[in-house]
Amino acid sequence: MELFVAQNIVKQYYKYTALDNVSISVKEGSIFGLLGPNGAGKTTLIRIINQITAPDSGQLFFKGRKFEPDDIYKIGYLPEERGLYRKMKVGEQVIYLAQLKGLSKHDAVKRLKYWFEKFEIFGWWDKKVEELSKGMQQKIQFITTIIHEPELIIFDEPFSGFDPINVDLLKNEILNLKQKGSTIIFSTHNMDSVEELCSHITLINKSKNILSGEINEIRNHFKTGIYRITFSGDENVFNSKFKDIFEIIDMDIKNFNHKTIKMHVKTQLNNNQILSLLLPEVSIISFEEVVPSMTDVFIKVVKN
Amino acid sequence: MRKIALIISREYLSRIKKKSFIIMTILGPVLFAAMMVLPTYFANMEDKDVKTIAVIDSSKLFKDKIPNSEYLKFVYLENISLETLKKNFDNSGFYGILYITHMVGFSQPQVHIYSKKQPTMAIKMYIQSVLEKEIEKQKLYASGINDNILNAIKTNIKVIIIKLEDGGVEKRTNTGLIMAVGYICGFLIYFFIFLFGSQVMRGVMEEKGNRIVEVIISSVKPFQLMMGKIIGVGLVALTQFALWILLTFVFLNIFQTSLMPQHKVASSDQIVSQDLFTSKPLNQPIAETSDSNKITSELTESFSYLKYINFGVLIFSFLFYFIGGYLLYGSLFAIVGAVSDHDTDTQQFMLPITVPLILAIFVMVGAMQNPESSVAFWFSIIPFTSPIVMMVRIPFGVPYWQIYLSMALLVITFIGTVWMSAQIYRTGILMYGKKITYREVWKWLKYKS
Repeated sequence: MELFVAQNIVKQYYKYTALDNVSISVKEGSIFGLLGPNGAGKTTLIRIINQITAPDSGQLFFKGRKFEPDDIYKIGYLPEERGLYRKMKVGEQVIYLAQLKGLSKHDAVKRLKYWFEKFEIFGWWDKKVEELSKGMQQKIQFITTIIHEPELIIFDEPFSGFDPINVDLLKNEILNLKQKGSTIIFSTHNMDSVEELCSHITLINKSKNILSGEINEIRNHFKTGIYRITFSGDENVFNSKFKDIFEIIDMDIKNFNHKTIKMHVKTQLNNNQILSLLLPEVSIISFEEVVPSMTDVFIKVVKN
Repeated sequence: MRKIALIISREYLSRIKKKSFIIMTILGPVLFAAMMVLPTYFANMEDKDVKTIAVIDSSKLFKDKIPNSEYLKFVYLENISLETLKKNFDNSGFYGILYITHMVGFSQPQVHIYSKKQPTMAIKMYIQSVLEKEIEKQKLYASGINDNILNAIKTNIKVIIIKLEDGGVEKRTNTGLIMAVGYICGFLIYFFIFLFGSQVMRGVMEEKGNRIVEVIISSVKPFQLMMGKIIGVGLVALTQFALWILLTFVFLNIFQTSLMPQHKVASSDQIVSQDLFTSKPLNQPIAETSDSNKITSELTESFSYLKYINFGVLIFSFLFYFIGGYLLYGSLFAIVGAVSDHDTDTQQFMLPITVPLILAIFVMVGAMQNPESSVAFWFSIIPFTSPIVMMVRIPFGVPYWQIYLSMALLVITFIGTVWMSAQIYRTGILMYGKKITYREVWKWLKYKS
C-alpha cells in the first residue's frame, strides 16, 4: 500500500517552472530514492511534501486519503543544508524542535533520554551546539529528525559530512527505522547507497519525471547485453569462431586456467543460448550478465 | 496557536537569559540615574567650600555694596595696591582678586578678575550681575529715584497657562514640562524600534544563516515563525522597558541617599528638573546658582503640573504607538533579515527603514516648538513617522479625530507591512547564497502562497 502519493505536481516560480507534472508514489515501509541532478526540482518537491510550499496544481495523498496540514507531525525531515541554533543548549534545542513537531514536553524529554543513551552522548545535554564538532552536530540533527517517530522520513543527502564510521552507523539506523515500519524518502547523488538501500526510485530531470520504478527492474531494463565470463581454455575462440556474435570489450588473463573476459553480445540470445555456444569450447568458471549500475543508468538517462 | 506560543517563549527566554540583556538592563538605569543625580551632586560639592575674593575698587563706588552669596565672600581692601596683592597672592589665601578701575561719572568701569584657577561661569556671572545692578541703581539714585520708588515699581509677573478644554474645563499647563514628557516618549519609541527591530533582523538572519529555518518551517508556517519572533522580541522590549523604569527609580533613590542625604528631593522632581534645565537657554545658570531655593520651588511647582497632564491618554497612546510602530518596523526589519545572507547585505535594504525613522526624529524636535505646524500634523498622521511625532504632540493636546486617524492608519499600515513581509519572508529565508535585488524581492511579492 502507498503511504504517500503525489500526482501531476506543477510548481511555478514567477515564469520559471520548478516542477512540471511530476508524480511519485512511495510504498509503505519502503525506502524510496528521489534522484536527479542538481537543480532538477528535488528540493522543491521535498518542500512540497513538507508543506513548506504548496503546489500550483496536482494532488497529494497520505495513507490513501488527501494530504492534510496535521500530517506534517507524521513527517520527519533532515534537510541537506543542516543547522541548529548555535547558542542554544543541545537538550533544550531538541526538545523545542520536538515540541514544534507536536510532542508534549514530557514525551520529548523521555524520548531524547532514550536516544542519548543509545548514542552514548549523555554528556552533551547541557552543552551548547557550537561546542560540538560537526559530526556530533549531525548526530543531534539526526535525532531531531526522528524523535517524534514519524511515519514518513525524508533524508536529503544524509551522508554528506559524515566519516565512513558514522555513515555506517547512520545506514544501520536507517535500515532499523525501515524495519520498525517507517517509510523513507531518500534523496541523494550517491548512487551506491541508492543501490544498497532503495527499493524504488524516481528520477527527475529539468523539472520533469523521467524515470520511475522498482530498482532492479530499471537496471534490468537498461541492460545492454554485456557479459562477464571467467573460464579456462583458449580465449581465441571468442574472436575467431564467435567473432560475429561477440565483441570483446576487455580481457584479463591471469594464467591459462583463469581468464576473465567482458564482452558484448551482438545478436539476440538468451543466457542459456550463449552458454550452450560456449560450453563445448571452454570450461566456464563463472558467467554473469552485467547489469548497469545506477550510476550508469543515471548518466545515460540524464544525458539523453 | 500552541506553536506560535512555543516560538514566542523560545525567542523571549533565550534573549532574557543572555548576558547582554542582563547587563543592559542594569547598566541602563545606572546611567540614567547617574545622569540625573550627578550634575546636582557635583554642583553641590563645588559650592561647598566658600571662596573668598579680595576686592580692590579704584572707583570707590562699591564698598560694602557687593553682597556675599552662600559660597562667595567678598573682602573689601583699601590700603593695598593691586600689584602688592598680586605679588603676595599665593600666601593671601584668596581665591581671586576683583579689580575695578576708576570710573568717571557713570562710564563703563573695567572689571578684572585675577585668579590662579579658572573662575567658574557662575562666579563670573554673579559678579557681573551684581555690579551691573549696583551701577544701575546708582544711576537711578543720581536721577532722583530712591529705594522706596524702586521697591514700589518692582514687579514680578508669573504667566499661568490655562488650557480651555471642551465642556468648559480649564487646565493649568506648563510648556517646558509638556515638551519634556513628549520628547521622552517620542525618543523612547524611536530608540526601542531601532534596538529591537534590529534584533528581529539579526534573529531572522541567524536562522537563515545556520539553515535551521528549513527544519522549523517544516513544522510551522513561515508566518508563525516570523510573528513568533516579532512578538517574542517585542515582549523582551516591553520587559526591558518596564525594568528600566523600575530600576531607574531604585538606583535614583540609592544614589540620592548615599551621595546627598541632606538634599533628598523626590526623585520624580529630579527627572523633570533635568529636562527643564537642558531645554532652557544658556544665560540662565546665574539665577540657578544664586537662588537655588527659588529654583527648587519652581521645579516642584512645575512638577505639580504633571497632574494636569492626561496620563490615561498619554500612557494608552504611548503603548499603542510603541506596539504599532514596533510591529510596523519589526516586520520591515524581518524582511531585511530574510533577504540578507551576510551583515554586509543588510545595508542596501536598511536605508528605506532608517530614513523615515531619522526623519521622524528631526520632525519631532521641530514639533516640540510648534506642535500645530502642518509639518508636525502630516508627519504625525503618516504611519511611518506617526509613532514618534504624534507622541510629542499628544501632551500639548491633539484633537481626538487626529489621534484616531493616525492610529487607524498605523493599524492598517502595519497589517499591510506584516502581510508584505510574510510574503517576502517565506521566499527569502530559503534563498541561500544568492545576491538579492529589489527587483527580485518585488517578484516574490507576486508569488502565490
